[in-house]
Amino acid sequence: MPSLPPGVIRKDFEDAIAQFQAVVGKEWVFTSDEDVDLYRDSYSPFWHEAEDPVPSAAVAPDGVEQVQQVVRIANKYKIPLWTVSTGKNLAYGGSAPRLSGSVVLDLKRMNRILEVNDRNHYALVEPGVSYFDLYRYIQEKGLNVFIDAPDPGWGSPMGNTLDRGGGHTPLRDHFSTLCGMEVVLASGDVVRTGMGALPNSHTWQQYRYGFGPYVDGIFTQSNYGIVTKMGVWLYPMPEMRFTGIVSVPKHDDLIPMVDTLSYLMNSNIVQGTTSVATSLRARARDPELIALRSKPGGATIPELEDYLRGKNLPYWSIELPFYGPTEVVPAQWAFAKRKFSAIPGVQFRDGASNRLPPSPEDLAKVANSVPLGAPSLAIFAALGPNGQGHIDLSPITPMTGEAVFELMDVFDKVLGEMGLENAYAVIAGTYYPRSFFFLFTFPIVHDVEKNRKTRAAFKRLVEVGAQHGWGEYRTHLAFMDDVANAYSFNNHALLRLHETLKDALDPNGILAPGKSGIWPKHMRKARA
Amino acid sequence: MTRTCLLLVLLLPIAGRAFAAKQSQADRGREVYQKWCTPCHGTGLGKPGTNAAAAHGLKPSVLEQRTDLAPKMIETAVRNGVYFMPRFRKTEISNADLTAIIAYLVHK
Repeated sequence: MPSLPPGVIRKDFEDAIAQFQAVVGKEWVFTSDEDVDLYRDSYSPFWHEAEDPVPSAAVAPDGVEQVQQVVRIANKYKIPLWTVSTGKNLAYGGSAPRLSGSVVLDLKRMNRILEVNDRNHYALVEPGVSYFDLYRYIQEKGLNVFIDAPDPGWGSPMGNTLDRGGGHTPLRDHFSTLCGMEVVLASGDVVRTGMGALPNSHTWQQYRYGFGPYVDGIFTQSNYGIVTKMGVWLYPMPEMRFTGIVSVPKHDDLIPMVDTLSYLMNSNIVQGTTSVATSLRARARDPELIALRSKPGGATIPELEDYLRGKNLPYWSIELPFYGPTEVVPAQWAFAKRKFSAIPGVQFRDGASNRLPPSPEDLAKVANSVPLGAPSLAIFAALGPNGQGHIDLSPITPMTGEAVFELMDVFDKVLGEMGLENAYAVIAGTYYPRSFFFLFTFPIVHDVEKNRKTRAAFKRLVEVGAQHGWGEYRTHLAFMDDVANAYSFNNHALLRLHETLKDALDPNGILAPGKSGIWPKHMRKARA
Repeated sequence: MTRTCLLLVLLLPIAGRAFAAKQSQADRGREVYQKWCTPCHGTGLGKPGTNAAAAHGLKPSVLEQRTDLAPKMIETAVRNGVYFMPRFRKTEISNADLTAIIAYLVHK
């Protein structure tokens, strides 16, 4: 039998379960070990350890009224609820709670696509709708809209947006596509944000702000409410996607290269996710390069430049994505080339070119269809055939070449000390506007000792990153306190504000205790 | 008409109904399979489940083409996960859906 929620006596728990069953039906309340185990984190860094979070039960309502009733029951018995939408937030906790003993509020059954509008390009969805579902719906109805999915397509537009995930195309910053929410508060009350608060409005998914304070952001990465409907903006179907590859020969060329990239991205000329590649990483196992780096004092930058020149390889390259009309995209690429031409020795190469929407034949030819607007699971191939899971560290840095040098210098040293040199998955990615996003992937395995070392390395990197001003944009359950603790300006003023909001909106602390380091008053530990 | 013939005549509709039920279960299983399994285990590029099966020497690597899948094996994979494949909850793949997938993969 699963463990009880902390501080809840068995009689109250059983009464609450019986009342949940009366609301959603017995079939949709899960209490057996076998069923509850399905909610554990499949990529848990605590595999086979006592700290691996296990829920006490799961409840799966099928509508907002049922969610309201479940919340009221949870409030009556002070039972913590951990909400998931599709529950596929793998690498960040999946469908597992932060606090063992929480009841998972599984919203997967609320999977209605309420509207997709291809005149004004938006969708209104429930939590359980996946990117695959939305894509199929658009395909079946022949709608002229393009969706931006994160790498794994089984996630939900709602869940990914609430966790401020990112994708690959012009609308890749998913929080920026959010337009209107319906939220069940801890009291059981229902709020609609933005124009949804105006009963006769027809612009809930078209004008974000409504009137008064803009509150949508406080329901992201938080535990202040349960979002039951969300509007997301979609992109009008572009005519084509094209990539152009820019390469430069010298180490310091990265500085003007990134400045030019920044100009092009902030001008909306380059409109998708890209990242910086260095030929040195691709050649890391070349004995000649290993010998060069192993000599006393290591390799100097001129020596590395000579090595690459000898192989006819660039030091840095970037693949620029363009989306738009067939007449415009070539002009954007021509303009980008003109801007980069200021860098001596720069070279250009045409990359992939696809008409959109992609035909089934086109999709069959690409290893990852996500940049073409078709959700996929192709990213899991990156784990290798023996992969058992992963967690990701993703510091945010300024969009400058100097920041790339500094981060790689600092992290290379720490990663080297820990034997994790191969952790780089994305160098200087542009998942979000105006900044760089690095991604380090650490394998999770069914080996307690290895996972302990990984967790220690992860925490060390969060600390080292914070010392240099690089914060995480999102993190796994296991590191939420560490990451929140790093955002410590003025004696943790931001976290204190989060806690003030928590206490006001959820006085019994029933909603997702511990999410993003925000704990209810009665579970809050004294901060050092 | 002999007694055996009479028995056959009486049993044929029952066998027919059983076959039809199994067929309809497999048809439903194909739909569920296409929704939940094909993105990882289908044919073509970008199918990590198929790639992993190939790397482990499983032939054919596309699940739908296998003839050696046992019901318990499928159930264990769906509910416990395999390598990087996670567990699937009953709100995603219900027991009835799982039975249908098994009918499709094992009895197709």
